[in-house]
Amino acid sequence: MTAVVDAPSGASPETAPEVGAVPTFDVTLRIRRYNPEVAGDEAYWEEFTVTAHGTDRVLDAMHKIKWELDGSLTFRRSCAHGICGSDAMRINGRNRLACKALLKDLNPDKPITIEPIKGLPVEKDLVVDMEPFFASYREIMPFLITSGNEPSKERLQSAEQRERYDDTTKCILCAACTSSCPVFWTDGQYFGPAAIVNAHRFIFDSRDEGGTQRLEILNDKEGVWRCRTTFNCTEACPRGIEVTKAIQEVKRAMITRAF
Amino acid sequence: MQTHQYDVVIVGAGGAGMRAALESSGRVRTAVISKLYPTRSHTGAAQGGMCAALANVEEDNWEWHTFDTVKGGDYLVDQDAAEIMAKEAIEAVLDLERMGLPFNRTPEGKIDQRRFGGHTRNHGEAAVRRSCYAADRTGHMILQTLYQQCVKQDVSFFNEFYVLDVLLSSDLSTGEVADGEPVAVSGVVAYELATGEIHLFRAKSVVFATGGAGKIYKTTSNAHTLTGDGMALALRRGIPLEDMEFFQFHPTGLAGLGILLSEAARGEGGILRNGDGERFMERYAPTIKDLAPRDIVARSMANEVREGRGAGPNKDYVLLDLTHLEPAHIDAKLPDITEFARTYLGIEPYTEPVPVYPTAHYAMGGIPTNINTEVLRNNTDVVQGLYAAGEVACVSVHGSNRLGTNSLLDINVFGKRAGIAAAAYAATVDWAELPEDPAAYVVGEIERMRDQPVGERVSDLRRELQESMDLNAQVFRTQESLTQALADIKHLKKRYGSVSVQDKGRRYNTDLLEALELGFLLELAEVVVVGALAREESRGGHFREDFPTRDDERFMMHTMAYQRPSSTAGETEIRLDHKPVIMTRYQPMERKY
Ligand SMILES: Cc1cc2nc3c(=O)[nH]c(=O)nc-3n(C[C@H](O)[C@H](O)[C@H](O)COP(=O)(O)OP(=O)(O)OC[C@H]3O[C@@H](n4cnc5c(N)ncnc54)[C@H](O)[C@@H]3O)c2cc1C
Ligand code: SF4
Ligand code: FES
Repeated sequence: MTAVVDAPSGASPETAPEVGAVPTFDVTLRIRRYNPEVAGDEAYWEEFTVTAHGTDRVLDAMHKIKWELDGSLTFRRSCAHGICGSDAMRINGRNRLACKALLKDLNPDKPITIEPIKGLPVEKDLVVDMEPFFASYREIMPFLITSGNEPSKERLQSAEQRERYDDTTKCILCAACTSSCPVFWTDGQYFGPAAIVNAHRFIFDSRDEGGTQRLEILNDKEGVWRCRTTFNCTEACPRGIEVTKAIQEVKRAMITRAF
Repeated sequence: MQTHQYDVVIVGAGGAGMRAALESSGRVRTAVISKLYPTRSHTGAAQGGMCAALANVEEDNWEWHTFDTVKGGDYLVDQDAAEIMAKEAIEAVLDLERMGLPFNRTPEGKIDQRRFGGHTRNHGEAAVRRSCYAADRTGHMILQTLYQQCVKQDVSFFNEFYVLDVLLSSDLSTGEVADGEPVAVSGVVAYELATGEIHLFRAKSVVFATGGAGKIYKTTSNAHTLTGDGMALALRRGIPLEDMEFFQFHPTGLAGLGILLSEAARGEGGILRNGDGERFMERYAPTIKDLAPRDIVARSMANEVREGRGAGPNKDYVLLDLTHLEPAHIDAKLPDITEFARTYLGIEPYTEPVPVYPTAHYAMGGIPTNINTEVLRNNTDVVQGLYAAGEVACVSVHGSNRLGTNSLLDINVFGKRAGIAAAAYAATVDWAELPEDPAAYVVGEIERMRDQPVGERVSDLRRELQESMDLNAQVFRTQESLTQALADIKHLKKRYGSVSVQDKGRRYNTDLLEALELGFLLELAEVVVVGALAREESRGGHFREDFPTRDDERFMMHTMAYQRPSSTAGETEIRLDHKPVIMTRYQPMERKY
């Protein structure tokens, strides 16, 4: 087939739309900025417009801004494919990972709003202080607890027993769930969904013997009972973990397991 | 400036760093410094598995594993190190299980194992099930499990601190310190991201565990933060880098993006097809086909594309076909990577083949160490108190091509060894003398970068570097392409002198750090290319079209690259030397699969 040079792409009936060649489009990002060092204590909005490609993610657009327009725009990121948990942010009002949110899925006709996740102190632009989040995580004793002598080989566990807690092992500690939780917004002392998810990962592991201690910790006034089952966390989780279900299971274990 | 004092300082909190910390922190006062929160480290991206001859599902033993590792590395592997790794693999996997790692299980409840490229039964007879795994997120589980144990042991972390210099008792960078003379480490200098403050960490032992350098390439499976910091810092301080010309290109990156689809996809039965639908690996590796080692598969793929048999509108990729596998099987064994295909390419792997192309994946080379992870400053002398483990190091268990699953193994085996050795050394020695004004170099670099009012943009230089490396120093290399790459790098290094950053602040200045990371990338790329130019043969991950065969006569040796002052004042050049390969059991043979 001879190529028709000046036909608009995709217009000719013989040219199948090219899978590899994706159209470009302009997209505007409306970003919540905050930098006490230069701009005072007030946060403000700033808009940037960049050209994006069909498969670009929000993270690509943010890099474009940082690399070509404003080097001071600050956010965390590392892996760029949803596995390290660095770049949870509020994108069009929903918590997501910037590296997993495709621009084309976000209606690029309107400005896309980007804000830091809520409930944790903002340090600069999209960077929040993660320490309170990790402190809650550490409190639920997120490690295998066993007694007696170590076996000389592996501990046995059936495929079914392994499956029981598979879902909650997927957590990448991105804080999307915790920072989408209305209870956490109003009461920063609440452990939050992520800590409970990680407690669940051990409470339902057949090899673990620390369930009672963890349930006691979570029975605290800032523990699981504060959860009001709003499902925000489940919707926010980029790993598809059934967060609310995990919290429910921990609640149930508290009632049924004697301690 | 703040000063801290620890017996052992570990730089990096990926798998290697945390495995070392678990050993060291129980013995002596230990700090772990990491530019990322530990759980953000790229070990978490590893998918496929970690090999160990547990023989849980079929006959296997560590000697076969050693052989596969040596052969896989095209005989450039130090065989004593490979033997240690294969032997200690078994305990390393069991250690992780006992720490709570949720491995997939056999029907009897033991750790399940699956096939992986280049791992065979009885010296190449057939593929063997050796890889221990947790779905396709084995690295995630390793990173989480090690972090959990660090929480349990209350390890001290300095998170979001960038180490920017390593302090030695003598200046090795001029090349004037005589062989045999004692040289010791005395600490590191770090930059705190949150505040911009400089911290001096005085230490008796320092362990480098800073991971890889994939960002010298454009198409890569590596994180944005994998900028080879540890390698570059060592190089600048006069420590050589070993075998840097060997970079692994993983066959199955998502086309155009580089995001990895684990070899496990082929281990579970996935097939590579060209644009004609042909299973082309049958032509290149008749015995183990799609499960041949990565260098062979990557080159075969690139060759199909080059000869016009690619798929897609531009015929510039090949296809990874999983459509003949049961969806339930895919969901159980490969959930994450099939999700990547859906999210990033909009492809449904149940019904459509996935476009793939080789992606820069793993640095076989790195800071040279002996089997005790002590860093070498020439072929024989160690830098006292300085250790390296993981992707930053070259002990050389991977030779010229790493087998899949052998890196997660490497970080556990040699991470553990590094932690033990660093603590043992620190327990017996006194504090080494700090150099005068120890932070001067780092402070100077940062001020220079921040104070440059206008100048070159970091992102332009980085893009040009990465594009040149992809074009000229990737799967296929020639004298001509490498000469071009070297000229590009030299030019970019000059321009780097006038780089300026827009963010002049102290808080969370990632703009500044990206500029410093670019400096590391430029220097490492130069080492890669200079080594590749000199190695006029093809071996493992390094393929020279103008010298397409392995030349044991001239090149059965490790490259040792030193950065030394050049005749032009203020500039440096790379000088190459060699180190013999350690052979114990296996004599080099032709590598056929
Ligand atoms: C997508 C992908 C899949 C993979 N799959 C497998 C697999 O299935 N099996 C296998 O065996 N291998 C696999 N690998 C390879 C393997 O995962 C890595 O080689 C290994 O995890 C590296 O571990 P590490 O501890 O050396 O480094 P990393 O995990 O990369 O950690 C580096 C650490 O150093 C820190 N750091 C870096 N620079 C500085 C600095 N200047 N100052 C302070 N801290 C610093 C970082 O913060 C980080 O904590 C895969 C790799 C990738 C990219
Ligand atoms: S449960 Fe999901 S949303 Fe919450 S921290 Fe873990 S991965 Fe993130
Ligand atoms: S950058 Fe790692 S999860 Fe987005």
